[in-house]
Amino acid sequence: MVRGLSQERIVLTIAVVLFVLFSVLLPGFLSAGNLLSLIQNVSILGILGVAMAIAIIGRGIDLSILSTMPVSAAWLLTLVNGGMPIGLAFACALGFVIAVGIINGTLIAYVEIPAIFATLAMGIVVYGFGKAFMTPIDAVYTGRGESWFYAIGSGRVLGIPAPVIVFALVAAAAFLFLRTLKPGRFIYGMGDNPLAARVTGIPVRPMILLQYVIISIIALIAGIVMATALAGINTRLALSTMVYDVILVVVLGGIGLAGGKGGIRNVVVGTLLIGILLNGMTIMNLTYTVQSILKSVILLLAIVADTLLNPRDEQTAQHGDI
Amino acid sequence: MIGKSFWRAAAAAAVLASVAGTVAAGPYDDGQSKKYYETMKGKRVAFVPLSMGFDLTEGWNAGLQNQAKALGYTVDVRDPNWNVEAAVQAVNGFIADKPDVLILHPLDQQAYNRLVPKAQKEGIYVVQVNLKSVVNGDAYVGTDWYDMGVRQAQLMAKTCGKAAGKNGKVAIITGQAATPTVIIGNQGMDDVFAENPDIKIVAKQSADFDPSKAQAVTSTILKQNPDLCGIIGIWDGQDTGVAAAVREAGMLDQVFFISQGGGNKAAACDNIANGNFDAYFSYDVPGQGRDLNAAVKILLQTKPKPGSASFALYTPLKLITKDTLSASSCWTLDQLKRDGG
Repeated sequence: MVRGLSQERIVLTIAVVLFVLFSVLLPGFLSAGNLLSLIQNVSILGILGVAMAIAIIGRGIDLSILSTMPVSAAWLLTLVNGGMPIGLAFACALGFVIAVGIINGTLIAYVEIPAIFATLAMGIVVYGFGKAFMTPIDAVYTGRGESWFYAIGSGRVLGIPAPVIVFALVAAAAFLFLRTLKPGRFIYGMGDNPLAARVTGIPVRPMILLQYVIISIIALIAGIVMATALAGINTRLALSTMVYDVILVVVLGGIGLAGGKGGIRNVVVGTLLIGILLNGMTIMNLTYTVQSILKSVILLLAIVADTLLNPRDEQTAQHGDI
Repeated sequence: MIGKSFWRAAAAAAVLASVAGTVAAGPYDDGQSKKYYETMKGKRVAFVPLSMGFDLTEGWNAGLQNQAKALGYTVDVRDPNWNVEAAVQAVNGFIADKPDVLILHPLDQQAYNRLVPKAQKEGIYVVQVNLKSVVNGDAYVGTDWYDMGVRQAQLMAKTCGKAAGKNGKVAIITGQAATPTVIIGNQGMDDVFAENPDIKIVAKQSADFDPSKAQAVTSTILKQNPDLCGIIGIWDGQDTGVAAAVREAGMLDQVFFISQGGGNKAAACDNIANGNFDAYFSYDVPGQGRDLNAAVKILLQTKPKPGSASFALYTPLKLITKDTLSASSCWTLDQLKRDGG
């Protein structure tokens, strides 16, 4: 392909073009308030995108995060509403998501089930288990607490909405983890060539376990942001198509499905493009169906671009995609 | 001594005999009550909600189960979990099972159109609750969605129209497009707004019954229309997202927000009390549960041929605002499970 033409740059260019177009054509788009709410509206998507990116870079995928997120957050709220102190309830929820991550990782690393099937099944298990044993009803509301906890999703720091800050923190932490820490580098190695990674002495199986635990913890963070932003959370989210939006953000940003490529910057770029698009379409008052069609077409185009820019070679063909 | 114990024994025997006599005669019958209990005993009712696990369906089920237990019949539930296909399968399964009454809560206006007549042909009474297919069953228990749309729109016109000295700018956040709530409700609103040209609908967006989408859509609309006067919501479960966006924009005092739903305390009264919602049209789930039980009892007693005598019990709507809010305005599931419908 053309030198210097990466998908990230293409997407960034498209985002900039759309941004300029909307700024000129749509009154009110360029206001500071609108831009902040634009980022805020996609910050939960962005946080989940960071988790999904960690999975995909390691040549995996996690379809269960869209169950882990609402179920763990709803359980946390249920426990708090039942009278448990927030700290203890958080510890319970954290324990739950770590357990989910360990089961996911074990199924993938030790039982050697392909990530896509293991996490697909696990997502259904988590949702079902949560519905049966953890939360009595789908929609759990936050109680009337004035604790700082409830400001995570709805507060502002220096005029910046808290969800945007959480997204920035999660992205920064993931960036540092992937770029500077040894386990992070290992994830790139595993994604690039799992067999070579094992031969060179990377503890591949424990690393996969760690990878899915981190992903589950990020899902809990996203859940807490959502629950405190909306004053409640609905476990039915597990049945929604939001998981595709998360994959869209990651693939769109240019993280190849073959693994080993891309970084957190790609997630941010992908999230921004989706944010601009959704915001613009809402201002234009397009119907929900039309918005869905446009989003899907863009996902398709992104996957085509991914295939062209990251062509399957002998090496990837041998190890297969996720 | 002998005489005393004789009389004592005789008295005891008399008491025993009188008790035995009452037992043999059965409970008091006023001419209808005996038949009423006999008719209900051993009957089978089947219920396919659009999903269990949320306030409406859990509330109706609590009402249904309580009555079934009291009158000696059974209510079986199959939960399709928001999936129309699974719901159709569940209904087909029940039809093969031949219960006496089939209670349906359809997510989609079209999906059950063939199943309703099919069930009736098999001799099963069909009751639809709160949402209904285009094809009517033997009974409908629930909201008149047209009336709901009309009343929401009328209140909005009164609050945001010229008469109130407002600019008339209103947004509507709707839900999944195929549900009667949206299709019929929107028609009601359109008809009212056609007569109130001072009301201007600046945005009409679907949030797919998802509060996070509702929040995103609303926050964008508010940024576009900083002088917005009012918002009409379609369901409290989704509307918490709308309220979160309004609160965050610091526009709670400016934007008049009308929501609607089943009147669960956490979803309705708490949100009225804390200012998230300004007005709430409740279709009162305990009342609907009672109507649902009534429909079952009427059908089982009058035994019309299925499909021959269709009737409706439209739910009286209750407007809850901060002024009308009282301890009895809302309900909780625990209380409903305990006390019945």
